[in-house]
Amino acid sequence: MNKSLWVLVWGLVGLVGAAAVGMVAVHRGEPINALWLVVAATCCYALGYRFYSKFIAAKILAIDSLRATPAERLENGRDFLVTNKWVVFGHHFAAIAGPGPLVGPVLAAQFGYLPGTLWVLAGAVFAGCVQDFVILLFSVRRDGKSLTEMAKEETGPLGGFVAYGAVIAILIILLAVVALVVVNALKDSPWGTFTIAMTIPIALLMGIYLRRIRPGKVLEASVFGFILVLLAIWGGQWASQNPPVAHIFTLSATTLAVLILIYAFAASALPVWLLLAPRDYLSTFVKLGTIGLLAIGILVLHPTLHMPALTRFTDGSGPVFAGKIFPFAFITIACGAISGFHSLISSGTTPKLIARETEIRMVGYGAMMAESAVAVMAIIAACVLQPGVYFAINSPAGVVGQTAAAATATISNWGFPVTAADMQALAHSVGEQTLFNRTGGAPAFALGMAHIFSQSLGGATVMAMWYHFAVMFEALFILTILDAGTRVARFMIQDALGHIYKPLGRTSWYPSILATSALIVAAWGVFLWQGVKDPLGGINSLWPLFGIANQLLATVALCVATTIIVKLHRAKYAGVTLVPLLWLVAVTFTASWHKVFDHEPRIGFLAQAHALALAPTTKATPHLIFNSRLDAAVTAVLVLMVALVLIESARQWIGILSGSREARTKEAPFVMTRLTEERI
Amino acid sequence: MKRLAKVGRILLATLREIFDESAYARFLQRTQMAPSRVAYSAFLREREHSQARRPRCC
Repeated sequence: MNKSLWVLVWGLVGLVGAAAVGMVAVHRGEPINALWLVVAATCCYALGYRFYSKFIAAKILAIDSLRATPAERLENGRDFLVTNKWVVFGHHFAAIAGPGPLVGPVLAAQFGYLPGTLWVLAGAVFAGCVQDFVILLFSVRRDGKSLTEMAKEETGPLGGFVAYGAVIAILIILLAVVALVVVNALKDSPWGTFTIAMTIPIALLMGIYLRRIRPGKVLEASVFGFILVLLAIWGGQWASQNPPVAHIFTLSATTLAVLILIYAFAASALPVWLLLAPRDYLSTFVKLGTIGLLAIGILVLHPTLHMPALTRFTDGSGPVFAGKIFPFAFITIACGAISGFHSLISSGTTPKLIARETEIRMVGYGAMMAESAVAVMAIIAACVLQPGVYFAINSPAGVVGQTAAAATATISNWGFPVTAADMQALAHSVGEQTLFNRTGGAPAFALGMAHIFSQSLGGATVMAMWYHFAVMFEALFILTILDAGTRVARFMIQDALGHIYKPLGRTSWYPSILATSALIVAAWGVFLWQGVKDPLGGINSLWPLFGIANQLLATVALCVATTIIVKLHRAKYAGVTLVPLLWLVAVTFTASWHKVFDHEPRIGFLAQAHALALAPTTKATPHLIFNSRLDAAVTAVLVLMVALVLIESARQWIGILSGSREARTKEAPFVMTRLTEERI
Repeated sequence: MKRLAKVGRILLATLREIFDESAYARFLQRTQMAPSRVAYSAFLREREHSQARRPRCC
């Protein structure tokens, strides 16, 4: 491209982006159009990708197109495989995009649309994309080694141990939180429960089709499965309007929690791949399709955001979760801005598929940008709702009151008018008995999504169908994460226990399978049960805990990345990973301090336990006190782990920079690529 | 038109990869098996060992 034209085009992108971000940031009063967020995000991503990621690739990572990747050198047709870059991109995106970027931004919308949007954009461009990019490159240069292996080799055994502990902690808390999101979305909802229940026979049918009728034709089976799921949504309406059937599928939160725990144990312990694999494929199909559809819906309809830029809850008194913008907005939104969990994917399957080092930028940095865009869509879906409706759905009864009249009065007093009649009409329009106290983020997201879809396709008459489609979409792929996650955690526990007593590590020995499955289900079951019984809705305590755990893993990943950069003698550029690292340390330390020691019982776990001890004792009080103390202990252990890995890494950096320690990295030796364009 | 066809081919290849159809094709090639119920069962068994250990993000 002609240089003047190049300057003109990128200058224009910069100007438009600055104007859009400015509009989003400084506009107050009247509602703004969602397109401002879309334009701001598009320009930020374009500039970040074109300039910042290119700078990192050239100056720090010294990406080398002639260096053979492990996919080429170790190709075995199974794990290591030279793959087209777009295919790797799709694979990587499908692996990193879960319910996190949908739920977190919806919950953080209680502060208004502005904090979440700014964090998602800045966090992704300067932290999340950078983390995924550099970890992917470092893993490729180490034969596709995992984050825990790299942490052990580069920062010392402690780093590896902390990374391992963080992964287990995150998996346990994540599984509990997402299970709670499903419980809150499906409780007392015969329509939603019926639809999700129907996915079991549908998955079995798909399994039979795949194994017996057309072996291996997964795309075909997924299309049939998707059509059957749509029929199940339609059938859910019939079920909800037919009293005897509705009675069967109207389940309380505790019943749903027990059913989910039984399901997860069975999925982990039994060879039920006839059910699990087809369900996994179906969930991926629905996920990719729905995200694409939502993006089109937002672009075509460009709805108005009714949520203000900033709400009064920036002071920490929010009903959805308690705590001030800093640090709580930054741990509530993890996956859309930076997620430690991504570093596991970037050092898992993906580095074994990359054909050339030059493609890592697009896959690592680019896929995280796409995930961040999903988070922006979630912010839009939450903020198109009237704020009164948003708070009525997301506020627990323990905060706004037990009755519809009390809840609407409380929320209206906050300056977000809503009436019981409005909420009743809205619930009726989506085929639910009530939408009050549907905490967890999923129902609010589903309602926002239904609002956007119904305005572009089908009008108000199909609002209920769209709402239940959205609930099904979230619940389906959360359940997939539950069964797959429980299985992964079981394998990790077995691997660890195998060091103590060999037979426990054998994945085919049933006593070990049953014991470790029970152990892992019990571990997250405790937190799920706690969430179900919590008068504040559970998500208030558990989501921040998950956010802290996830950001802890990001801290470990950034420590590893900074250590390698220092060892590569590029310390003058270490700020690229060091600044996000210090930011995350500040966020996790401050959040942990508040969660453990804050005097406000809605924020501090110990204050909560103290308040419960002083209040009139009920049957549940001892359990609630135990839960609060358990949460405090888990938070303290997590933050201690951050401190240890940070100290260990800092010792490495100081040692190398002062010359007292040798800067030795564990990169695989250089081998010239033999790949041709046609081969890729 | 050619470019559109190329985009379509890549999209299909991506979907086939994400949905493991390509992995199954590679498995058939590697094991010199013909597509059949037995081959697909063997493929699923192999996938279970490698894929079930891979975490997926939240």
